[in-house]
Amino acid sequence: MTLRNISLILVALVLAAVPVFAGSIQTFMAIVFAKSLAVLGIILLLQAGQVSFGHGMFFATGAYTVAFLGRYLGGGDLVLLVAAGLVTSLVLGVAVGLFVVRYRYIFFGMLNLAFSMVLYSILEKFFHLTGGSDGVRIRRPTFLGQTFDRGQFDTVIYYATLVMALGAAILVWRYLKSPLGQALKAIKTNETRLEYIGLSARSVLLVGYVISAVLCGLGGASLGIIQGIATPEYTYWTRSSEFVFIAILGGIGNVAGALTGSLVYEAVRTYAAAFVADSWQLILGFVLLVIILRAPEGIVGLATSMAERRRASRAVETGK
Amino acid sequence: MSFDTLMLAICDGVAYASLVFLVAVGLTFVFGVLGVLNIAHGSFYAFGAYLAVTGGVALTKAGYSPWLTFPMLFVAAVAVGAILGGAMEKFLLQRIYAKEQVLQILVTFAVFMILENVQRLIWGVQPYFMSEPLQLLGNVSVFGITYTAYQTIFLPVLAVVVLVCLRYFLRYTAVGAQILAVTEDREAACAIGINAQKIYFVTFIVGATLAALGGALAAPTTSLIPGMGAEMIVLSFAVAATAGLGQIEGAAVAALMIGLGRSLAVYTAPEFEVLVPYILMVIVLIFRPSGLFGVQQLRKI
Repeated sequence: MTLRNISLILVALVLAAVPVFAGSIQTFMAIVFAKSLAVLGIILLLQAGQVSFGHGMFFATGAYTVAFLGRYLGGGDLVLLVAAGLVTSLVLGVAVGLFVVRYRYIFFGMLNLAFSMVLYSILEKFFHLTGGSDGVRIRRPTFLGQTFDRGQFDTVIYYATLVMALGAAILVWRYLKSPLGQALKAIKTNETRLEYIGLSARSVLLVGYVISAVLCGLGGASLGIIQGIATPEYTYWTRSSEFVFIAILGGIGNVAGALTGSLVYEAVRTYAAAFVADSWQLILGFVLLVIILRAPEGIVGLATSMAERRRASRAVETGK
Repeated sequence: MSFDTLMLAICDGVAYASLVFLVAVGLTFVFGVLGVLNIAHGSFYAFGAYLAVTGGVALTKAGYSPWLTFPMLFVAAVAVGAILGGAMEKFLLQRIYAKEQVLQILVTFAVFMILENVQRLIWGVQPYFMSEPLQLLGNVSVFGITYTAYQTIFLPVLAVVVLVCLRYFLRYTAVGAQILAVTEDREAACAIGINAQKIYFVTFIVGATLAALGGALAAPTTSLIPGMGAEMIVLSFAVAATAGLGQIEGAAVAALMIGLGRSLAVYTAPEFEVLVPYILMVIVLIFRPSGLFGVQQLRKI
C-alpha cells in the first residue's frame, strides 16, 4: 500500500468521524464538500487549459432541479433528487458543451459566462415559475424512504456529500490518469498533435466538459438541499468566479486542490469575512493576483514543493 | 406592432447600439493589438459612468451652467481611461504578455473583481442619475414620434465620429501605422525601431477610454447600479464575438444588429430582452465560428 493510499484512508476516516466528535461543524463541512464538487469540475477543465466563468449555470441547474422536483413530489427522496440533478446537468452539459467545445481560452470562458447570464435572467424574469430573485424553497427530503428530523438529517447530508466528494475526487483522479484524461491534458499542450494521432480534440474536451457540468450539478443539488433554497444567485457570475478562485487557491494541478481550497476558502469566509464584508470581492481579487503572479500552483503545489525542498536539503545533509 | 412602436423601437435600438458599439470597439481594438481580452473592460464602463455623474452633479450643485455636464462626460472618460487603464497596463499587463493565455484571462478577471468592489465602496448600492444632458438638448420628432435629441442625434453621430476617427487614426497617422505594424508582427516591428511597449500602453489607454466614454454617455439615459459593469462586459463581448474579434467596422454592424434586436424584444416580448443579444450571437457563431467578419486563424503545430 502506498503512502498516498494510506493518507487518503486516514483523511477519509477523520472526515467520517466528524459528526461524532465535532457535530457542530458538520453543516459547515457539508457545504465545503458540496462546493468542492463544483471546484473539482473547474479543475478538470483547467487541466485542458480552459477556464469557465459560467459553471454556476450547472450549479443552478442542479439546485433548481431539486427544488422543482421536490415541490412536485411534496418532498421526495434525497437519492432521487440528487440523481435528477445529475441527469439535468448532464443534459444541459451536453447541449452547451456541443457549442462551446468549438472554442478555446477567452472565447470558451466568455461564452460560458454568457450562457450563465442568460440562465440567470431567465430564472429572475420568469418569476411566476421560478419565484424570481426570492428563489424556490427546498423542503427537507427523505433518505431511502426514511424521514429524519432536522438534526438527524444534518448528519445524513453530511455523509451523503462526503461520499460524493471523495468518490468524485477518486473518479476524476482515475479519469485524468486514463488515456482519455491524458488526451484532455494534451489539449493544453498541443491540440494539433492530438488530432494527428487520430483523436478528435472536440470530443475529448466534450467528455471533460460534460463531467465538469455533472460535478457542478451534483454540487448545486447538494448545496440546495443543505441550504433549503435555490436562488438565481447560484448562477450569477460571482458564484462561478468563486469556483474558479477556489480552484486556483487550492491548486489546479491536483484533485486534492478542490477539497483543500474549498476548506480554506469556506473557513476564511465564515470566520473572517464578517469583518470585511464590504471588501470581500476586493480581497479575493488581490489574493488571486498574488497567487497567479507568485504561486501559480496554489496551496497544494506550495505544500508539495516545500516537502520536496525539505527532502532535497535532507539529501544534501546526509550526503555530507 | 404599430408603425409608431416600430419607430420607437428603432430610435431606442440605435441609441443603445451606439453606446454598446463604443464599449465593444474598445474591447475588440485592445484584443486585436495586445491579444488580451480585458474582462475589466466592463468596470471601465461603469467607472466612466459613475465619475461623469459625480462630476456633473457637483458642477451643477456648485452653480455652474448645466451645459458644463457635456464636457464633463468626456473629461470623466479620459480620466478613467488614462489613470485606471494606464495603471493596469503598466503595472499588471506588462508582466503577463509572455504567460499562458489562461493566466492572462485570470489576471484581467481578478482586476474586474477588484474594480467591481471598489466601485461599490466608493458609490454604494443606491442608484445614481443625471438627466441634464438629456433635457438640455430637448426633443425632436422623427416620423411622427417624439424622442430625445440626445439619443436620436447626439449618440449615433458621436458613434460614427469615433468609428471614422479610429479608422483615420489607424490608416493615416504615424502612431496608427506603428500600431498596425506591432499587430502584424511584434518582433519585426521592434527590429525596425518601434517601441512596442509604448504602443501597447497607448492602445490600452485608447481602448479603456472608449469603454469609459460609453459609460459616461450612457449615464444620462439610465440609472447607475452595481452590476452594470458585469452586464456590459458580457454584452460587449457578444457584440465583438458576433462581429469577429479584432474587427472594428464589424463591431458597428454587430452592435446595430444586437441593439435593434434587443429593443424590438423590449416592445414585443419583454421577458426575452436580455436573451436576444445572446441568441443572435449563438446563431451567428453556429454558422460562422469566427464571427460575421472574422477570419479563420492559422494553427501552429
